[in-house]
Amino acid sequence: MEVDIPSALAALAPKLGGTGVEKAQRLTGGASMETWAFTLVGGGEPQPLILRRRAVPMDPETSRSASMAAEAALIHAAGHAGAPVAPLVRLCEPEDGLGEGHITGFIAGETLGRKIVADPRFDGVRPHLARQCGQILARIHTIPLGATPLTTADARGELDRYEAIYRSSGAERPILELALQHLRRNLPPPLPNVVLHGDFRNGNMMFDPDRGVAAVLDWELAHVGDPAEDLGWLCVNSWRFGRADRPVGGFGDYQDLLEGYIEAGGVEIPLSRVLFWQALGSLKWGIMCLMMYSSYATGATNSVERPMIGRRVSETEIDLVNLLEAGL
Amino acid sequence: MIEHPRADELIEAVAGWVESIRPQLNPRDAFLSRVAVNALNAVKRELVQGPAAEAAAVARLSALLGVEGDIKALNAELCERLRRGEMGVETPGLVAALKAGIEDQIAIDQPSYVSVGSR
Repeated sequence: MEVDIPSALAALAPKLGGTGVEKAQRLTGGASMETWAFTLVGGGEPQPLILRRRAVPMDPETSRSASMAAEAALIHAAGHAGAPVAPLVRLCEPEDGLGEGHITGFIAGETLGRKIVADPRFDGVRPHLARQCGQILARIHTIPLGATPLTTADARGELDRYEAIYRSSGAERPILELALQHLRRNLPPPLPNVVLHGDFRNGNMMFDPDRGVAAVLDWELAHVGDPAEDLGWLCVNSWRFGRADRPVGGFGDYQDLLEGYIEAGGVEIPLSRVLFWQALGSLKWGIMCLMMYSSYATGATNSVERPMIGRRVSETEIDLVNLLEAGL
Repeated sequence: MIEHPRADELIEAVAGWVESIRPQLNPRDAFLSRVAVNALNAVKRELVQGPAAEAAAVARLSALLGVEGDIKALNAELCERLRRGEMGVETPGLVAALKAGIEDQIAIDQPSYVSVGSR
């Protein structure tokens, strides 16, 4: 169902402390979630705000997204734990007419991964980002397990979930098959579970050219599990934006990430465990790409974005082959 | 002699037109137009490079598996052996064959992609 977002936001303005909204505009990116920028006016200084709302109905069978209410609770808890976040302004109610969504403050900066890895504006701060990310993850991982209801998934559980999705797609992709079998035979020993961001990568963070990470965004995949999962996901080559030689987000090295993690109170995590989760991350992203293509093939969605994401499966496969060849 | 436009020429023409109208589009459509041009370029590369890549994959997989068949059948057979644990990273030639095949595929899907482990 198409929703007239600018009108709904204008109607909501009084509840946000203003009289109207200006410059409501959908931002690029995000196949399953919509992000809108708008300015609240009439309540003193014009206030730039961000709306995030679910663009397609949530499918609890195949989606592991946390509800927007859980996401809102997490943003609050993460801020309390010392992680940089965009402050929550409103969790949308059904009568707001915006569907499932929330409104947060606008944090200035850059989210585009390729700018973070290549733009000279970030040359000064770039060498510090991997360590900073390690520190932020350690703080996120201190969020109390009971802060909000979240699903729990360990490595075996993740493999089971993604294997089931892969099988149901009917695809026959030998590299994904090999990776599934290999990772299953090389599960890391258990570690105590922590609250995970679940999608902590270059592209889901707001970066400031002077301060580095200004806000951690996109909390919808938060869950409970192995702390190395968040570290490995940040190192998946699909989020290095052409800088495969800088394994942490295309901006830094493993050692800085792991040291930053320990400095801020995280447990000691061996690199091999991060590499396991990095490979599992590539595998998951490959299967997600297949799944997003399926939603086009079955007629559930018709955007040009969806089938083209299906052509990103091969990037995860070449990364997996290279990791396996290197003796993961 | 010019007889009729080849399929890859038609695709190139359409991609060029989409590029030319992008500046007039709103941010969302500008983003989607970029995706559309990427899609057209992938189709163009597949038309040009696909047949040779598929023939090479069939030859590699036939040699690896010791059976004949088309690409779909060979892929299915390989997946089945991997699922049953009859082949794995330790199987001689397996990783090399998979790597050669995926390098051809990425050259079609995303030729500028820099994979992990490359400098």
